[in-house]
Amino acid sequence: MAADKLRGLLLSFPRAGAGGNTGTWRVYRPVINYAKCTKCGLCWLYCPENVIDWLEDKNVRIDYTYCKGCGICADVCPVKAIDMVKEGEV
Amino acid sequence: MTQAVARQVRKVLVGDHAVAEAVRLARVQVISAYPITPQTLIVERISEMISKGELKADFIRVESEFAALATVYGAAAGGARAFTATSSHGLFYMYEMLWWAAASRLPLVMAVVTRVVGPPWNIHNEHSDLLAIRDSGWVIGMAQNVQEVFDMTLTAFRISEDERVLLPVAVGLDGFILSHTAEPLDVPSQEDVDSFLPPRNPRIPYVVEPNGEAITMGNLPKDDVYHAILKELMDESMENAKKVIAEVYGEYGKLTGRNYGPLTECYRCGDAKYIVISMGAWTGDILNAVNRLRNEGYPVGVLRIRYLRPFPDEEISSWINGVKGVLVFDRDYSAGYGGVLAGEIMGLVPHNVSFKGVIAGVGGFDVSVDEFAELIRDFIDKTERDGPMRVRKSWYIPRR
Repeated sequence: MAADKLRGLLLSFPRAGAGGNTGTWRVYRPVINYAKCTKCGLCWLYCPENVIDWLEDKNVRIDYTYCKGCGICADVCPVKAIDMVKEGEV
Repeated sequence: MTQAVARQVRKVLVGDHAVAEAVRLARVQVISAYPITPQTLIVERISEMISKGELKADFIRVESEFAALATVYGAAAGGARAFTATSSHGLFYMYEMLWWAAASRLPLVMAVVTRVVGPPWNIHNEHSDLLAIRDSGWVIGMAQNVQEVFDMTLTAFRISEDERVLLPVAVGLDGFILSHTAEPLDVPSQEDVDSFLPPRNPRIPYVVEPNGEAITMGNLPKDDVYHAILKELMDESMENAKKVIAEVYGEYGKLTGRNYGPLTECYRCGDAKYIVISMGAWTGDILNAVNRLRNEGYPVGVLRIRYLRPFPDEEISSWINGVKGVLVFDRDYSAGYGGVLAGEIMGLVPHNVSFKGVIAGVGGFDVSVDEFAELIRDFIDKTERDGPMRVRKSWYIPRR
């Protein structure tokens, strides 16, 4: 039994697609205040949906197509640079 | 000794320290464990080794056994060689993680120092805790003496990391009888161990790493036969494990001059008409009892189970082929059924062969050589007098 066969069965490889698309039901969205952000990357580490990119220049960016609005990033941000804003008020 | 074996150092260690010694020589990278009697000496010794710089590894302190196994699981998924150790109540505290670790097909080694599961509160030796994990997908071994504890722990890494197996390995040792008993053992040098056990390839079977490929393990599968396919693969690996265990011990025998079983070992079985089957440290007492009975003229041999999973059915069948009687000693009790070993082995014993399962030593009381001799003699005499019996379970409790 090769490990390759096992890999093929046991693992899934997340890709951007229709599967995790949030649609219109998100109630709050996280909005980053770049003036406050210290580029520490904690929100990137904690995001359960892995929708925060930590870019080359250490800036973070949220992909709102897949963000569920759970608020964990706002909660863990040590400098409170992320606000949870009600959808439609942004 | 006909073959040239590696130079070894003779040491005197208790069983728990022998496990720690094997972990050191195996160059384990991550250890996480929660102390529980009688496993405590293992983690104490390992943390001592790390603090003295004898072992370059991370010791991660955790709040529970569940977390301990989850931590080494994560370490193994990250490509490290990882180890944990536990005992009865701790083993049951990590029960869910045992299944996760096995079905995730990650190489791991765990020492299980067997102990009674309460209540009543009891720290003595019994095999029920180790045998309660036998369905989870772990390869399960059980050592007989301190030397074998060391050898089994060291070879466990090779077996677990073999691409044909990729299953976690549990090494069982009897609480106190082995774990806290000092015995002499031969320890090979670091160079020899390194040649026997190369560093783990972190990419097999897969690796979860930061900035690596995004992968998910254990996600909800899209159709419902996935699970069956994976279990079938696990079964295939268990069958492979029989071959791999034989290969690994063959190579280990060349290195150290100690040739084991592989899955079972039989003592004075060549001309035996009766076979006594057991597992673990008290087999040593049974050996003494059998030697005594041999001197009295009873044709009896001892079959010791070294690995219960993968189940050594072919080996047991070949050993008990043509005998008149099989007697199984269990140091465990499966409630509502009987002895675990007796139950599993009974299916391999033909109907015209006398069979008896004895549950003894449950709760940790000692069974002496005299008592063993008496029980075996009684079984043989009854069979010779009244013909074959079929007793799946019987209790042996001395009323002292």
